[in-house]
Amino acid sequence: MGAVKVVKVDKLAKSVVQGPSLMTGSYPTKDWMDVPAVFKPGNFAYPAKKEKVEYMNAQQGLSFPNAREWWPEDDDWKLPENWKEIILNGLRERLDKFRSLKIFMDCCVRCGACADKCHFFLGTGDPKNMPVLRAELLRSVYRNDFTLAGKLLGKMAGGREMTVGVLKEWFMYAYQCTECRRCSVFCPYGIDTAEVTIMLRELLHTVGVGINWILEPASNSNRTGNHMGLQPHTFKDNVSFLCDDIENLTGIRVEPTFNRKGAEILFITPSADVFAEPGLYTAMGYLLLFHHIGLDYTWSTYASEGGNFGLFTNNETMKKLNAKMYAEAKRLGVKFIIGGECGHMWRVLHQYMDTMNGPADFLEVPKSPITGTVFDNARSTKMIHVSEFTADLIKNNKLNIDKSRNDHVVATWHDSCNTARGMGLLEEPRYILDNVVNNWYEMPENCIREKTFCCGSGTGLNTDEIMELRMRGGLPRANAVKYVHEKHGVNTLGCVCAIDRATLTSLVNYWVPQVRVCGLSELVGNSLVMEGEQRQELEDGLRTIL
Amino acid sequence: MKYIFPMAAVIALVLIAWIGSKIPGMQYLFGVVVPYAAIATFVIGFCYRVVQWAKSPVPFRIPTTCGQGYTLPWIKYDKLEAPVNTSQVVARMFLEIVLFRSLWRNTKAEIHDGPKLTYESSKWLWLFGILFHYSFLTIVLRHLRLFLDPVPGFVLAVEFMDSILQIGAPTMYLTDVTIVLGLLLLFGRRLVNRQVKYISLANDYFPLFLIFGIAVSGILMRFYIRTDVDIISIKRLAVGLATFQPAILTDISSIFYIHLFLVSTLLAYFPYSKLMHMGGVFLSPTRNLPNNSRMVRHINPWNPDIRPHSYAGYEDEFREFMVENDIPVEKGLPENSGE
Repeated sequence: MGAVKVVKVDKLAKSVVQGPSLMTGSYPTKDWMDVPAVFKPGNFAYPAKKEKVEYMNAQQGLSFPNAREWWPEDDDWKLPENWKEIILNGLRERLDKFRSLKIFMDCCVRCGACADKCHFFLGTGDPKNMPVLRAELLRSVYRNDFTLAGKLLGKMAGGREMTVGVLKEWFMYAYQCTECRRCSVFCPYGIDTAEVTIMLRELLHTVGVGINWILEPASNSNRTGNHMGLQPHTFKDNVSFLCDDIENLTGIRVEPTFNRKGAEILFITPSADVFAEPGLYTAMGYLLLFHHIGLDYTWSTYASEGGNFGLFTNNETMKKLNAKMYAEAKRLGVKFIIGGECGHMWRVLHQYMDTMNGPADFLEVPKSPITGTVFDNARSTKMIHVSEFTADLIKNNKLNIDKSRNDHVVATWHDSCNTARGMGLLEEPRYILDNVVNNWYEMPENCIREKTFCCGSGTGLNTDEIMELRMRGGLPRANAVKYVHEKHGVNTLGCVCAIDRATLTSLVNYWVPQVRVCGLSELVGNSLVMEGEQRQELEDGLRTIL
Repeated sequence: MKYIFPMAAVIALVLIAWIGSKIPGMQYLFGVVVPYAAIATFVIGFCYRVVQWAKSPVPFRIPTTCGQGYTLPWIKYDKLEAPVNTSQVVARMFLEIVLFRSLWRNTKAEIHDGPKLTYESSKWLWLFGILFHYSFLTIVLRHLRLFLDPVPGFVLAVEFMDSILQIGAPTMYLTDVTIVLGLLLLFGRRLVNRQVKYISLANDYFPLFLIFGIAVSGILMRFYIRTDVDIISIKRLAVGLATFQPAILTDISSIFYIHLFLVSTLLAYFPYSKLMHMGGVFLSPTRNLPNNSRMVRHINPWNPDIRPHSYAGYEDEFREFMVENDIPVEKGLPENSGE
């Protein structure tokens, strides 16, 4: 399990253009059904550890059977004897539970509109990374066993028997999709490959096939409250260190509270923000902002994770992990919740939380204690995005901002997939940017807003052993960043996503090393003029090393 | 080469109808029995499929937002691409179904040395799709004249518009040209576009060839093979079919039976094929749901009973650390670890 060596950038730059692939002009010699998935170091994420699977399986409401040691390169994946029956029954069950799945299995006409919309296809040229073929991996089995035409005509009708080979192919390509939903923007029927990938991953878990980079954070989140596995005291310590840094930089002592009953607001952000750069600076931005306005809020160590790796696992795990937010809000008696910057977290909060764990009748409709603005758009879920909150503050002139404090920044804006296509959070970040940064430029129009490109490592794929895949998948994003870097001298890539902050950092280091990545709240924090501050010239904002 | 078998299948269908309809007594089979069976299959099959879809619940509200969502009053939101109420959803669906809005967005990606990726607007698929679907729709509407007596005004209007160029005798219909063109372009696309070629299945070629066969046999019947194509007796048969008093009184040319047999095949095939996208597009949860999940709670009928790892369990595990680090606790450190 040694470290997988990452290909040099020049070599990869050539390979993506010249390597024979469907993207670069060559045509495969074999039908896709006849091309088996072959695992080799670098093209698969490591399987979930046995003890993590066992732990998850032991949790109320969850099922993660067949915990064992196994390895994708081995012929024998040690599947249960009746694995095929489990898969087909699992598929039947899900067809009955999700209309989306049924419709998406039946409606595709293979028009190919989605084909070149996927960042993984653009970067790998692998035909099975065309969203339509990714779905066909499942659809072929569906046709074979669940449709009349498939039962009668079999392969002639595009049907395919479920075999171990097919299962392995599912594993490969369900983990080369980041559920970013870009394809669903272009599909004339709105077919959403995220739904297909979610189902594939759910089905794979029913026979004990999953990856560690997802299940370990999920199990951590269940036990310690956050993906990073930070225990309460460590979580608090980490935030305190950030407060020390803020004090050094600004002379302001910020005193956040933890698990405090009676606070007006509960604040939840991805734990990565208090764990590693560059998320740390984003967290410093939150701390400064909330101090600046004197917000009565608390952090929670129990609900210390905004992200939800359950979304990348199955709907049961997603519900279980998410349930902590309302449980904690209720226990602490807060009025409403503010959520930090994170992409998939907000997909869950915006589109799933209320359905899964609501109604939140113990909370109040969010009302900004500073501006009095009532957030009608969150009147049922009672949780608002920090960018919505901040934009409202700026609009009402409640922040003392000195834009020039961001003059070392020439920014561009990355719309995170989930907030863009699962929520429609496009203008708030731009409004905030307009107000805290003097220089920022949009990337080309087919790469932003609802057409934004994924970082290439979302949905739990930001693990090092598949670095080449990630660099390929992230190429379209990096390429657009490079474009504005060369054209406008952009040196900062802003985003509202914790996974982005981690993965885009690796990505730009590889493709556009002159650019660095930051959260939006870091830029806000940079620009705030704090009351009583004793601030030196911070040439690099919150990143300045004194 | 996945188009060989579907092509052969359509040719076989033509031959069956051609030869079959020449056998004395078989006209009733091809003119009455088969069309009835096909229509029944279509209606029952279509309804069955829609009911099957509808039986599966929509557990989550998952629209794909393609524009700014509704948030603060001073931020303009995109009513069409991130609708929040039913009328906006209807408008979004209308544009999707009537104007193929998502296909209008289509781009073509290319990779160049550098590497440098480019995305160019590409509306060909949209154009071919519009060309084909609207031609097909017009032709279906025009054919209503055969089944209805008197012919309704809107059918006459469609027919008038369709023959407005007044070319030839009998007058050429625009849609005769455009449907054949649309089909050829859609087929050509499947051959020329590498990506589409690779993903195409026999299931994708068969309906193209079948509809092509229908269009060509119809055109031949109208303009070229006119022997024994008596519109009066065809209309009598059609009205008879529609009123459940079918009768074939005169000899009708084989070309008519070929046309009718292919149409019957299309009807019977429809519910069991991808052609059901016609119904499915209305039910797609990423398009037909409002982006109001935080405003109005969506109900999942099978919402499972799953509870979080409890706070009590969490505190029990970490109480000592929490107390040591001044993090508030519910229970405090026990003198004796009771319970």
